[in-house]
Order: sequence, then structure tokens, then C-alpha cells
Amino acid sequence: MAKLMRLLAVFLAFGLVAASCGDDGDGAQSAPAESESESESVDSDSVEAEPVESEPAESEPVEPEPTDAPEPEAEDVTITIESWRSDDQAIWDEQIIPVFEAAYPHIDVVFAPTTPLEYPPALRTRLEGGIAGDLITCFPFDRSRELFEDGHLASLSDLDGIDSFGPSAQNAWLSADGSTPYCVPIASIIQGFYYNVDALNELGLSVPETESEFFGVLQAILDDGTYTPIGTGLAEWEAEHILFQNIGANYWKGEEGRLALINGEDKVTDQEYIDTFDTLARLGPFMHRGASGITYPDGKILFETGQAVIYPGGSWEISGFDANADFEFDAFRTPRPDDQDECYIVDHIDLAIGLNPASPNIDAAQTFLSWVASPEFASIYTGALSGFFSLQDTPVTYDHPVAQEFVSWRDDCESANRTGYESLNSGDPEFPIELREVSNAIILGNMTPEDGAQRLQDGLDSWYTPGG
Amino acid sequence: MERLLTPVDAVDIEGFPSGGGSADRQIPRPKPAARRWSRRRPILVFIAPATIIYSVFMVYPLLDSLRRSFFDDDGNYAGLANYDTLFTNPTFSDRFWGALGHNFEFFAFHMVLQNPIGLLLAVLLTAQSVRGLNIYRTLIFLPTTLSVVIVGFVWRLILSPLWGVTESIGIDTPLLGESGTVLPTLSLISVWQWVGIPMIFFYAVLIAIPKDLIEAARVDGAGSWQIFRDITLPLILPMLGIVSMLTYIGNFNAFDLIFQVKGIVAGPDYASDIMGTFFYRTFFGASGTTGSAALGATVASVMFLIILVGVLLYMFGWQRRVSTYEL
Repeated sequence: MAKLMRLLAVFLAFGLVAASCGDDGDGAQSAPAESESESESVDSDSVEAEPVESEPAESEPVEPEPTDAPEPEAEDVTITIESWRSDDQAIWDEQIIPVFEAAYPHIDVVFAPTTPLEYPPALRTRLEGGIAGDLITCFPFDRSRELFEDGHLASLSDLDGIDSFGPSAQNAWLSADGSTPYCVPIASIIQGFYYNVDALNELGLSVPETESEFFGVLQAILDDGTYTPIGTGLAEWEAEHILFQNIGANYWKGEEGRLALINGEDKVTDQEYIDTFDTLARLGPFMHRGASGITYPDGKILFETGQAVIYPGGSWEISGFDANADFEFDAFRTPRPDDQDECYIVDHIDLAIGLNPASPNIDAAQTFLSWVASPEFASIYTGALSGFFSLQDTPVTYDHPVAQEFVSWRDDCESANRTGYESLNSGDPEFPIELREVSNAIILGNMTPEDGAQRLQDGLDSWYTPGG
Repeated sequence: MERLLTPVDAVDIEGFPSGGGSADRQIPRPKPAARRWSRRRPILVFIAPATIIYSVFMVYPLLDSLRRSFFDDDGNYAGLANYDTLFTNPTFSDRFWGALGHNFEFFAFHMVLQNPIGLLLAVLLTAQSVRGLNIYRTLIFLPTTLSVVIVGFVWRLILSPLWGVTESIGIDTPLLGESGTVLPTLSLISVWQWVGIPMIFFYAVLIAIPKDLIEAARVDGAGSWQIFRDITLPLILPMLGIVSMLTYIGNFNAFDLIFQVKGIVAGPDYASDIMGTFFYRTFFGASGTTGSAALGATVASVMFLIILVGVLLYMFGWQRRVSTYEL
């Protein structure tokens, strides 16, 4: 009996431990915002400023609601940025955040990215669970609009500096009725074709301007046999994001065609899309052997190691090529169809930052957002990140010659967003993902352009009503 | 001996209240209710921790997920609407049947390759004539202990058209890039990784078979094949059932390898999509759309039913029929 009681006592002890753990969990759930910011401020303090800050100072800013202006100025606040740009961690930590913190010493900024693949679902889960960061990096169009409509992004109508963006920049982050902005636009990217200057000179070829010149160059590289003409892989999203969008923008006349697809005037089965797919199909033979098994990073390595002469890509790749390619590289804009004089480039509005309305540090977060809307931020950000172009009305100069080349295309060509990401991306099957599968199959010769276009249109028709 | 046996006997009888054997002995004892409690208390104490943890972390989430499949995303009762969407809306039903078919293919590869190879390796490992058995055993089991992230990464490099070995051994297809080869390739990678598990299970049974049986058979003139067929195989049949069952459950819950190698869209063109990746996309959403918890719960419930049917088939169709032998 005594033994039994002793056993019971042991289990009781376990039970008590478990129960107390359970309590902790409950506490964290009932007051998520506080506990999150608390742990963050403890974290950052312990990493950065442990000897300087005293214990009481770090727990205080969390609890009392700031009542008047001077009081919170004295307190230290930590704000966290949610983002998918994990590649930019060092640039934020070393070049952007220090400038802000020097101007606003009482605000600590933490850049906390999630990998791109996990960002949308992870962000939503954190927002719904009340443990997301104070600032949210916004995807353009549908994805962020859903967050705004679900109350996870605050209205920024009253933010200082929000009016420094033109309508085309702000358009990607406006409420459905067009009245309320909810993200501060940061950057756009421009797409084109990189090329290895040395290799092109060696083969005695010149930069193509029209499609027939382009295919002439590709054929010459193939005939020579030293290099792979096009160094991109097809295992991930390149066929859609880069090839389909780059080539197609000329056919569907940029924004005009993009909007016509949204409002139902155009269909994917129209001639301009068939023509785009026809051109894609002609690219297949110029890809590297086994392109369907080559991933995005591997495709870049093909170009960086000088095995491929041409790399279809976007301006965000400049810094990577800068670091890894030991030859001179430059970019040319997408060759236009032979019978067409005007040209269109993918100049995609890509990135913005919004405010989490559940943030306990709204004031500090708004201060940061206003700074993001300032020309100072634009010049730091686009200076630090070659290949990201400011969306502000104030002109910014770009140092990198290839970035200058990309941005110079705006003078001659019309800018256009990638098609399919506004309105057409909010249902199942997802239009961009279908586009990617279809483009891949067409390039590899596994599908005809007509079948592909029909499949895309059927997919859209199954859930999307233009204007509905 | 007598004193030791009595309480065990009494407990047995307590389990069946109709039995009155112990009442005849008329030894002074506490009243039946109190006695019953004092007898049962240790049982309760011992099963309580497992029951509580299992209920809170397994049974409750499972039941809640089943419940959720009958409600929409806003929490309103929706009847069978989610199931209707899953089975009749072509956007979802095409993917569902595709994923289910791929899952059976994935399972077939494991049943046809992984388990027989595991058995073969286990038999070889019990052969006394081979030297360095422990080294082989460790090496073969090693992939099982690797993280799937590493396995996926290593195999992507091995099979890469850029620097992989496929070209030098005469394979000109990007095995992970073509819709015809991607699922068999992923299945084989999975078989390679997990073959150690059936091997260890079979090995454990094989080394438990008494030597005398085999020696006796040998003396009677049985050859190696006959010994395997008539002695070893019947003795490992129950384990074969358990291994098949575990393979079935594991394969229908599989997700990580395909997610690691091909991502959530499980391309090219959904050719490597299985139930796990389909569930992930439905529940969490992919790059563009927001996921639906209700529809995700529906997919999870269907996966649960598929596994349940398999387990029931095993229990009633196999476990009760196969004979076990006391050794």
C-alpha cells in the first residue's frame, strides 16, 4: 500500500508539472501580442545591448498603453518586420536598420524573414494566432488585399509620406474600391535577358533586338557548340515568371493586355497568347540538356560559370551575378516581335511594407513606415540592393551599370506588371501555377500551345467571373 | 507459490463479475466495491499517463479534425458540402484522384521493392558464413537515420543533369524533371532510405528462430530454400503483416521527401503529387491562394479513412488468419 501511495505521489508530481506547463501555454495564448513583443524585446536586448539596458526598462514598454507623446519617446520599443526576402537579411541588418536606429534611437528594428515558400501560409497563421510581427512585407495585388480585407493589414490613409507614390505604384496595394492604401510601396523589379559579354564577343555576335535576330543568335551559339545558348532551368517557376512573362508582354501589349484579361475582354485562347506559347516552344532546343531537372539555383550557376551565354532573368539577380560571375555581364531587353515597333517590358511592382493592426507598437511602426516612404530610405534601399527600383516619385540614381541598363528601358518601352497576379490569383486552380505548368510543358514539347491555352482558360472559367 | 498465484487469479475473476470462484473461499476480505477499487487502482494509475497524453494529443485532434470537415471556414455547419467540393469540383477532385493514384503507386513500389529487399537483406545478415555482418547491418540501416532534408538534397545532386552521375551511366532523362519518371524515382529514393526498417524488423524475428529447428530440418535433408519456405517464412509471416501495415500507414502519410525535392506543387504538372502534398496545399494554400482549413480537414479525414480501411483489412483479413507459433 505504501508503495502504491509513493507511486501515486510520483504521478501526482508529474501531473503538477504538466499542469503548470499547461498554464504557461494558456497564458501565452490569451495574451499573445504582449508575450510576443516581450520575448522579442528581451531577445534583442540580450543580443545587442545587455550591459547597457537595465532589467526594468525592457519589460515596461510592453504593458502600459502610452498615454501622451513624450512618455513613449523615452521608452525603448522593438518592432519586427515580417518578410520573405531572407536573401536581404545582411543588407537590412547592416545598411538599412542602423540608419533608422541612428535617427530614432528608442526604436529597435528586427528584420525577421521566413523563406519565400513558407512565407504566405506561415504569415497568415501567425497573423491569425496573434503572434505576427509589427510590420508585414506585402506581396502585390490579391495576396495582400486578402490580408487587408481580413483585417490583418491596417489602413495607411493617414500615414505621413503615403502620398509620395504615384497611382501606378500604389495601385497594387489599394482596397477594392480604390480609396484606402494599406502598404507602403518599396520597390519594383525589371526583367530581361542577361548575357555574357565576353562569350558573345568571342562568337562575334551582337545583341539582338528583334525576335528573328534573337533566334539567329541562339542558333549561332548552338552551332558553335562551345556554350549552352540559354542557361535557365525549368524545374521551378522560371518558365512562367521569366520566359512567359518576358516574351508575352510584347504580344499582349503590357498593361493593356493584362487588364483586358482581368476584365474579360481578352481570353487566354486569343491569338496573342498562342503566339507567346509558339515562341516559347521554339526556345526548347536552346535550353541545356535536361532543363526540366535543373533548379533555379543550378540555372544561375550555368550562367555564372560561363557555360551558358544568355540567362533570362530579372534585375534582382544583379547582386548575385556580381558576386559569382568572373566575366563581364550585361542585359538586353526582351526582343520584340519582328513586325512590331513598340516594346513592353516587365517592370513588376514587387514589394511593399504594411502595418499589422494587432501590433502593440503602432506608433513606432508608423514612424518606421513614414521613414520607408521617405527619399532617404529609397536611396539607401535601392543603393544597397542593386536591381530593386524605387517606386517613389522622387527620382533615384542607380550606381550599378547593369541596373542603369535595366532602368533605361523605361525610356523607350512601356512598363507592365506580370500578368495573372491581380484578381486571377485568388481562386483554385491558381492561374500563375497553371501558367507555370503549361509553359513548362510547351517549352519541353509535351503540350501544344492551343491545348495549353485552352486548359488555362478552362481553369479560369471554372471560378473567375470578370467584373464579379 | 500458492500465495503468489491467488491474487492473480482473483484479479482475473474480478475482470469477469459473473465468475464466483473466489467467493467460495470465505477468507475475511474488504467489501466487494472497495476491494474492486483497490484492485483496479494500480491498473488505472498505470494506464492513465498514456491514455491522457494519447487522448489530448492524438484522439482529440483527430476527432476535432473530423468534426471540422463538416463545418465551413467560418465555423458554420455545412453538412457534407466540403466532401461534395472535394469529390465533384474538378479543381479539387482531379487533384484528389491524381494524388490518390500516385499514392498507391508510391505504396506499390515500397511493397514490391522495399519489403522483399528488406527481407532478403535480413536473411543474408543472419547467414553465419558472411564476415563483417555488423558493418553491413549498420551501413544498410544508416540512410534511415538521415534527415529527409539531407536525403533529398543528396539525391537531387546525384540526379542533377548538370553535375549528377546520370549522364555517365547512360541515362539521358532528368529523372526528377520528367512527369513520367519523377514518381518512380522518388519512390526508389524513399525505398533506399527506409529499407533498413523492414530489414531490422525481419532480422529481429529471424535471430529469434531457434537453431535446433533449422538443424533438425537440415538433418532431415531439407535444403536452404526448403528451410526458408517451410520454416522461416511461416515464422516471419506475422511480422510481414506488421511491416506491410507500417509501410501502408507510412506511405499514405508520406509528405516530407516529396515536399523537400519537388516543393508544394509537386511538379512537373502534379506528377509527384501525393495525399500529403495535396493536403498541405489545400490546408495552407500555395503561392497564390489562401488555404482552407475546412477543406484541409476534409482531405485529412479522407486520408484517415483510407488508412483506417487499410488497417481494418489487415486486422480482419490477415492478422486473424495468419497462424503464429510459440517457439
